[in-house]
Amino acid sequence: MSLPPRSSDLRLAAAAPEPLAAAALEKRLDELLDAVLSSRRTATRLAQSLAPLPRQRQDFALHWVAVIARTNPELAYQFAAAAAPALAILDFSSAEAWIIEAMDTYDREGLYRGSHVLKSAEEFAGLARRSSSAVGFEEASCVLEIFICALSGRRVRLDTAAHPYTDTETIYLPPRLALAATKEDNFLLYKAMTTLLWAQGRYGTFNADLQAICSGYDDPQDALAILNFLETVRLEACVARLLPGLAREMARMRGDEASDARWLPLRTAAATVNDSILLLRALYGDFVPPCRAYMTTLQPDLAAAVRNARLAREKAGLQSALAGMMADAENTASRGAPSGRISVEFKRQCKAGEKRQYVLKIDGEPVAPPENVTQLIDSILQDLGELPDDYLLAAGDGGSRPAGHAEPELADVGKGAYHEAGAFFYNEWDHKRRHYRKNWCVLRELDVQPADAGFIDQTLGKYRPQVAQLKRTFELLRGEDKLLKRQSDGNDIDLDAVIAAYADMQSGMELADRVLVKRHRTERNLAAMFMVDMSGSTKGWINDAEREALVMLCEALEVLGDRYAIYGFSGITRKRCEIFRVKRFDEPYDTSVKRRIAGIAPQDYTRMGVAIRHLAILLSKVEARTKLLITLSDGKPDDYSDNYRGEYGIEDTRRALIEAHRSGIKPFCVTIDREARDYLPHMYGPVNWTLVDSVAQLPLKVADIYRRLTR
Amino acid sequence: MTRAFQTRVLKPESRLIEKEPYYERVGEEVALFEAAYASQIPLLLKGPTGCGKTRFIEYMAWRVKRPLITVSCHDDLTAADLVGRYLITNNETVWVDGPLARAVRAGAICYLDEVVEARKDTTVVIHPLADDRRILPMEKRGELLQAPPEFLLVVSYNPGYQSVLKELKQSTRQRFIAIEFGYPDPALEAKIVVTETGLDAQNADKLVTLAQMTRNLRGNGLDEGASTRLLVHTARLFKRGITPAVACNSAIAEALTDDPEMLRAVNELASSLF
Repeated sequence: MSLPPRSSDLRLAAAAPEPLAAAALEKRLDELLDAVLSSRRTATRLAQSLAPLPRQRQDFALHWVAVIARTNPELAYQFAAAAAPALAILDFSSAEAWIIEAMDTYDREGLYRGSHVLKSAEEFAGLARRSSSAVGFEEASCVLEIFICALSGRRVRLDTAAHPYTDTETIYLPPRLALAATKEDNFLLYKAMTTLLWAQGRYGTFNADLQAICSGYDDPQDALAILNFLETVRLEACVARLLPGLAREMARMRGDEASDARWLPLRTAAATVNDSILLLRALYGDFVPPCRAYMTTLQPDLAAAVRNARLAREKAGLQSALAGMMADAENTASRGAPSGRISVEFKRQCKAGEKRQYVLKIDGEPVAPPENVTQLIDSILQDLGELPDDYLLAAGDGGSRPAGHAEPELADVGKGAYHEAGAFFYNEWDHKRRHYRKNWCVLRELDVQPADAGFIDQTLGKYRPQVAQLKRTFELLRGEDKLLKRQSDGNDIDLDAVIAAYADMQSGMELADRVLVKRHRTERNLAAMFMVDMSGSTKGWINDAEREALVMLCEALEVLGDRYAIYGFSGITRKRCEIFRVKRFDEPYDTSVKRRIAGIAPQDYTRMGVAIRHLAILLSKVEARTKLLITLSDGKPDDYSDNYRGEYGIEDTRRALIEAHRSGIKPFCVTIDREARDYLPHMYGPVNWTLVDSVAQLPLKVADIYRRLTR
Repeated sequence: MTRAFQTRVLKPESRLIEKEPYYERVGEEVALFEAAYASQIPLLLKGPTGCGKTRFIEYMAWRVKRPLITVSCHDDLTAADLVGRYLITNNETVWVDGPLARAVRAGAICYLDEVVEARKDTTVVIHPLADDRRILPMEKRGELLQAPPEFLLVVSYNPGYQSVLKELKQSTRQRFIAIEFGYPDPALEAKIVVTETGLDAQNADKLVTLAQMTRNLRGNGLDEGASTRLLVHTARLFKRGITPAVACNSAIAEALTDDPEMLRAVNELASSLF
């Protein structure tokens, strides 16, 4: 399919072909939207609305109708209905942004929300007018996430929401800011919002029950708005003490607002949320809080829920960790068991912005708390400002792990719509949209069901002479110390060279200076990740050949000493992508690995992109000069239903490989698909793949290919 | 007019540190060093880069009035580089001492900086020198050098490197008395910046806050936070009239990372502070 016309092509409009007539448009739309049209809902109106547009805009609309229809025909219909008025006010690039936003929203929140975005083209036009100075969340958040981590020492998640607020664990920011005239200032707005929201947690805004306080007023919403303003004033002062440079910029953005004597007390270092609450009582009524460009909002209900959950978790964790400390103390104490009085003594009151210093004591004896205890205490102090006595009761299993289930990695869980523990979320490339679908694939790591290791012995028996041969070839590859002779510098004298040089000199020739030996070690600093196709199509002898190939490979690699890992991949639909652990990098090639190799069994489909993304991350954590990602495959990427088959899958896989390549990984593919020539060069590049055209050859070839690859 | 540059050529084993190096005590390290020196036990200095390990050794060398021979270890440093080797001059092989042998002969302090970087065979020559034998075997000459009481071996090592290859073996580390160096606490660090550079106290405080923020990023995108040495560099730029934004960018942000997002974040921190 041809690419959609770009905005720069508009100048050529005069030379463009004639617009399509309504009838032609209708015919085309009928084809594209067939699934959602009926005798009562026809494409006639749509075609009529598009007919007056210039040809280029018609083509643009038709192109995107086709693209969206692949995602959801109903959404495509909605788009076609909204296209004519929208294209009248949007240029091509903002129209594209508008469509992508709608599709992302659809991916995330469903059809209703997605169509809603399509209806808000005018808003987009407003934004587009200022688009040159707007800053998007994606752009700002990657910097601000680090910024906040530096301020607080722990990672805080950033996410998007219509209004900026925080639930004390995640900071929510608007998806786009275009309020200010310049890009710098819009970024500054993001920065100010983020800092203020971080300050809400840091300076104890949620230490009082704001919900209860506001509901005591006739209009709780009003009260909350005033309180929000007062807290902003207080936190501005807190921020100013820590970050004077940012405070200066914030002052510039709010302009010269007359300083009101009423909230001077809030600006002192000792002010707390209670001062704001007191002032709220005085101001409630006719006070209208002034607005600031970087004003954030308060969501006490959401914050309270998250905060209480965290406190409960940390209390249990602390109690359990203290119990562990007590157990250790008992083991080491010479004089009887301690009675179990744990206390915390705070050192002098310290300046704002500094960590409070404290000493932990068991039975009055100061003890050095382990790091996890310190972290828990710091975190509780940040929430409560103090450490209640009941938190210090040692309880629980005494293990160092907090009671209850292990904390899932925040970075991995909860990014998408599927809040499932242990899942990883990955973007997927949609080549039609030419954008990523965010957190589109849900991937899990599973263990291969081990099978009888007898298979390994059978294979080794079957290929005994070849295995011996293979081991010999690989031994030659092994990096060993080499003594380089006749070097100009080195560790020792090369006597042969000296004698020769001496003889040369005696006979009147020039004295050679290369008379030293140097020990040189050629190290194979290499890590290889094998990614094995476990799709249903490998059923039967392909699967057998794959397993045999892995056995031979492992035997050879054990000789070589290269680090390697083996993972299988399969899955069905984007919500069930699966990676099967066969051998991790840090695992030795032992019986359990052998049993897992034997247990590799055909599963479902081949969604390759997400598997590559996941394994590339695993591989990039390994420290090696050369990192290889080797795929054993039997065909094109493919998945059930959602259009992964064909061009989409190939393009996504290609994209994933490009990403891997960028992070320093060298991808390579070994395939048995004779059609591979048609698509593999596009995915892996012209030389980074090889075809083994006979399945029976696979076990012998793979190790050999590896040897040639790493020679 | 050309000016003649004067470069002094010194033999490391006979050079004594004449002027007292500026050093702020953090804890008991001075007393520990002196006790170890008197008891002839070698020392292991642990700590992140730029926190004052080298300065401490210079200061102590000045205090005990012994020459200081420093060897910066790298992954091509072999035992022969430390002990010595035969060279050929005028039809003869001539033995030339390496820095470690020189230090032993001169009763100097030998400081092996970042010892984990050196090749594994160097530990072979360190081991007999670092226990109560205190001898340096010179295999190629068939000799043993017995170290005089004045000789002291000091090695440093940065436990922050997250590399399995760069770990000190137990058999090596258990020969040393270890002194752990961290970054000084904020007030002291500000004082160091002020004393080293003459910067005003307010800016020094801000610099220290910035350093602490970057140290929060350790393991979250940065391998290490800004060291005291970087702060001193930045403060020197301040004193020369470079604006805080430019100075922090060149002396801190660019020194810490190449990652564009991280660079921008560090610069945002700096602009928020100054």
